[in-house]
Amino acid sequence: MKYMLLINAGAVDEQGGAADCTPEDWMVYDKQVRDAGILVSGESLADLVTATTVRVDADGRRTVTDGPFAETREVLGGFYVIDVPDLDVALDWAARCPGARGSGSIVVRPVADFGA
Amino acid sequence: MDVGASVAAVFREERGRLLAALARRFGDLDLAEEVTSEAIEAALARWPVDGVPPRPGAWLMTTARRRAVDRLRRDRTYAARLAVLQVEADRANPEPVTGDELPDERLQLFFTCAHPALPAADHAALMLRCLGGLTTAEIARAFLVPTATMAKRIVRVKKKIREARIPFRAPEPDELPERLPGVLQAVYSIFTEGYAASSGPDLQRLDLAEEAVRLARILHRLLPAEREVTGLLALMLLTHARRNARTGPDGDLVLLADQDRGRWDRTMIEEGRELVVAALTGGPAGPYGVQAAIAALHAEAADLASTDWPQVVALYDVLLALAPSPVVALNRAAAVAMRDGPAAGLALLDELAGEPRLRGHHPYPAARADLLARLGRSGEAASAYREAIELAGTEPERAHLRRRLDALDR
Repeated sequence: MKYMLLINAGAVDEQGGAADCTPEDWMVYDKQVRDAGILVSGESLADLVTATTVRVDADGRRTVTDGPFAETREVLGGFYVIDVPDLDVALDWAARCPGARGSGSIVVRPVADFGA
Repeated sequence: MDVGASVAAVFREERGRLLAALARRFGDLDLAEEVTSEAIEAALARWPVDGVPPRPGAWLMTTARRRAVDRLRRDRTYAARLAVLQVEADRANPEPVTGDELPDERLQLFFTCAHPALPAADHAALMLRCLGGLTTAEIARAFLVPTATMAKRIVRVKKKIREARIPFRAPEPDELPERLPGVLQAVYSIFTEGYAASSGPDLQRLDLAEEAVRLARILHRLLPAEREVTGLLALMLLTHARRNARTGPDGDLVLLADQDRGRWDRTMIEEGRELVVAALTGGPAGPYGVQAAIAALHAEAADLASTDWPQVVALYDVLLALAPSPVVALNRAAAVAMRDGPAAGLALLDELAGEPRLRGHHPYPAARADLLARLGRSGEAASAYREAIELAGTEPERAHLRRRLDALDR
């Protein structure tokens, strides 16, 4: 069963990193996920100021806007997709993630299975 | 009671066990519920004719599994999805050894029902459904919501269990401190709704309180060393022991002070007291153990005046430190009023005036009114009683408060 761990950064320091953990914490966690053989994919997202939003209206016209910028306290900073037996195991991996600490949080979402 | 209902009651234990074992085996609550009901229906049809089989539990299990296999043959897509589930479930928890009797896997089901990934408000409903065997309509009545609303809530939580794959698994010992309180809270919420209905015509709904006691007994058998489970069972028994004295002939509320203690259930009190001792022995006390100890002090006293109030206050102090809450502080203030007089109790109550959790909580103005009345401040007492009448959820409580209001010396 695949789960996506959406890593929301709370407070962000001047370098744009999550304030409650170090790059070493992330390297250790990333290695654990890989060594456990559960990694499907995972990326860290570039700073939110680089984000661009695209919308297409009913007439097919495209609108491109800068942003969004953080209007809420939590900003999606990255994700993992892991393949584990059940939600409890997924929650354990989410709890171990450095992004869960301090003002950060992890949202765990099962990946929809359309009966492959 | 009609024959169907009495037979259904006989199957209550089996039903929970069967459902728990099948849910774990198939990883699917809907399928488990469906075939559990079918197996019990088959037993109701066959046993009166063929006689009860030598191993009833094994018979039910075999029948249920056969029905499940039939169902899976009819529905290939469902079977394919379930096959994956089963492989993964076995990977997560290896098959237990089964003897003649049904294995008791209800502990897993308790923890699934009260899983923190499910809304806390639905834990008790799911427990009543899976472990109590109540129908959706009965659960809706228990929580005083329309059946359609309850049906929607149950469908939603079952969908989450299935699609997010919440496992049927009891926590490891190191996870228990985190997970057990949620299970206990759900069982206790069933009890309190039965002991003091939040609204409706009746003050007590004894069937619901009894179902909660039954669930706590199962949990206690499964986790005999968990002292808070013992404490919860003790608390519920010691409280439930007063059920016949809590209401008068017309269903009106009788307060602890006025209860005929001869009508308390002494056997239940004895059982509760033994459990309290166990709950408080061998380590630091938990909140349920302490509340049970308070209930035991009331059970031991011949009347209100001879109750060991200093000890009751001391236990409330412990409880406040363990689980601070304005409701506990309110109860403590009432005990202080008994120990040191109404003025001391009232001073503590007035300190709680701004508490948001006591806003709309009728015991707060009711307690103030009682103490104001004892102090001869009738005018203030009357307005506090009126406030409490406005907030009380059941008619017996309102009637009781109106009698107190009318009795004020003005």
